[in-house]
Amino acid sequence: MPERVLEIDGISKRYGEVVALRDMSFDVRAGELFGFVGSNGAGKTTTMRIALGVLAADSGEVRWNGRTVDLDTRRRIGYMPEERGLYPRMRVLDQLVYLAELHGMGTNEAHKSAENWIARLGLRDRRTEEVQRLSLGNQQRVQLAAALVHEPDVLVLDEPFSGLDPVAVDVMSQVLREKASAGVPVVFSSHQLDLVERLCDRVGIVSAGSMVASGTVDELRSGGQSRLVVESPATGWAATLRGVRVVEQDGTRCVLELADGTDDQAVLHAALAAGPVHEFSRQRPSLTELFRNVVTTEGRST
Amino acid sequence: MTPARAVSLVAKREFVAKVRTRSFLIGTAVIIAVLAGYVVLQSLLFDDQQRSVVGLSGQATQLAQPLKDKAGSFGIEVETRDVTTMTDAEQQVRDGSLDALVTGAPPALKMIVKGSGDQVLTTALNDVLRQQVLVAQLAEAGITPQQVAQNLANVSVAVTALEPVDPQQGQRLAIGLVVAALLYYSLLVYGTMVAQGVVEEKSSRVVEILLATVRPWQLLLGKVIGLGAVGLLQLLVISTIGLALSSAFDVVDVGALGGTALLTGVLWYLLGFFLYATVFAAAASLVSRQEELQSVLTPISMTIIIAFVAGINLMIGSPSGPTVTVLSLLPPFAPILMPGRMAMGVAPAWQVLLSVVLALAAIAAITWLGGKVYANAVLRTGARVKLREALRL
Repeated sequence: MPERVLEIDGISKRYGEVVALRDMSFDVRAGELFGFVGSNGAGKTTTMRIALGVLAADSGEVRWNGRTVDLDTRRRIGYMPEERGLYPRMRVLDQLVYLAELHGMGTNEAHKSAENWIARLGLRDRRTEEVQRLSLGNQQRVQLAAALVHEPDVLVLDEPFSGLDPVAVDVMSQVLREKASAGVPVVFSSHQLDLVERLCDRVGIVSAGSMVASGTVDELRSGGQSRLVVESPATGWAATLRGVRVVEQDGTRCVLELADGTDDQAVLHAALAAGPVHEFSRQRPSLTELFRNVVTTEGRST
Repeated sequence: MTPARAVSLVAKREFVAKVRTRSFLIGTAVIIAVLAGYVVLQSLLFDDQQRSVVGLSGQATQLAQPLKDKAGSFGIEVETRDVTTMTDAEQQVRDGSLDALVTGAPPALKMIVKGSGDQVLTTALNDVLRQQVLVAQLAEAGITPQQVAQNLANVSVAVTALEPVDPQQGQRLAIGLVVAALLYYSLLVYGTMVAQGVVEEKSSRVVEILLATVRPWQLLLGKVIGLGAVGLLQLLVISTIGLALSSAFDVVDVGALGGTALLTGVLWYLLGFFLYATVFAAAASLVSRQEELQSVLTPISMTIIIAFVAGINLMIGSPSGPTVTVLSLLPPFAPILMPGRMAMGVAPAWQVLLSVVLALAAIAAITWLGGKVYANAVLRTGARVKLREALRL
């Protein structure tokens, strides 16, 4: 039986004629930060809401530790919805204590945990203020505390980094890393791909309601076509090479895309034959490029 | 975590959050102040109407006791003052500290009043005067006035009432109207509060976090119980202070009557609140913003307002008429009309029982239906959810 694994297994959801999710599957393992990326409307939020039982799936299943998630296991999930939600007229401390209690903590335990997270997230001066009086950044911190206050076994966060200042981004990243290393599977969605690339152990790219690619950033990169950057005063030498396409020619700098099986050493020889080579490097695609690539290919195929 | 714990946590939050607000404290204080002002005003008017001050001068002073007795038999209290200087006394009539000034010797009495004078007082004085003349003439004719008085006292018309009049009817009507008014206020205010709470959770999106850990019906029930308890607390505080004030100022003889009215008021508040709160909550779950709330609440508020306005008018006119009787049995109107009729003492036991049973059945049906609408609609933000869609599934 899988231990401490959140499995999303073949979830589908339709809204009338619109297909929101089609056979969405992935899993998040213990101690892992899983980044969930995809364009707007790809189905990230719908997936998370289904995982939390806020929406019902048409088919498919969400499992935790090999068992279908029910209300009791859901209480052990920390959730940050895309649309931030707190009682505007409730004090920070009261709010966190209430949410901790609703997730099954005893009153004393709830108080202790709420105070703990208030201190950790730098909200001590604001603990008796109403949420609506806080700055947006501080409201975000309270929202994170709300997801963490019951010491959840799993974290599901929808766009946790949106609207955060750089300091808060660091705090958030640190907390997520810490939770992951404590053995909590963490899944979060984000449009900040550089952040996802830096932070996540694994990444899943969603397009049109299904998972189109998932794995470590390195795995995803190796799947893409290889590119070379060559800096040389000579021009035009690459156009005639077999299996090579010139993607970009910017002054003396030229970016080449190699078809599968093309030998990069042959390209180097050809370049040297044409003139001096000042730079010759393999370009590793960023997650942004991978994402663009995947999403546009998918867009064409559907 | 048990469902009961979830419901009680939600209820506790609602209760504490509401009782702490300034609007609740100020609102309660204002109602109590209005009530106190009304009671004090009533007791002042009451006193004023019932008491007349009459100045007696010269030989007229001997009329003091007979006048008091006679006026007393008409139900008004007379205070007499002996006056010596006429000009002073006239001035006192002018400024209102004397209601009337009586001078001269019987049988040629003169009465000086400011305006038209008190009709009852005049009649009483005339009676006293005639009696004095009668006594004098009887004495002249050699008949013992006491004997005649005795004989006269023994003569009276025997009245048989086909419908016995309750001596407390006036008070019953007053209490009935107050109970109906309080219930009307509580249902409308606390029902709206439930609706606002639902929309607040929806517009602030906190409902999404809540529903990841509690079921919709638990959230709904907790909210209804919590706010219902606030309403009950306010109702009890207001009625207790109202009753205490009324008996302190002698406006109504409350006693057992007031206690029973309070008890039926509480029972019907609970029935009415559970009936209406779920409807308010379900209606509110259809919209996402406070601005849209009014449009969905209007039909519900109108029902309560009609029950109150039409009901009160009918109740004052004919509390046992067929229209009021039928209306007071129907669940939407019963919570306001039935306790009013009960306080007036015109609702037979079978009608009370029938209306309670009907109300309970309606609560069961409404809770089931409203709970379904709420569960289906509460997570759908954006455009207003159509009732037909919310009822599906």
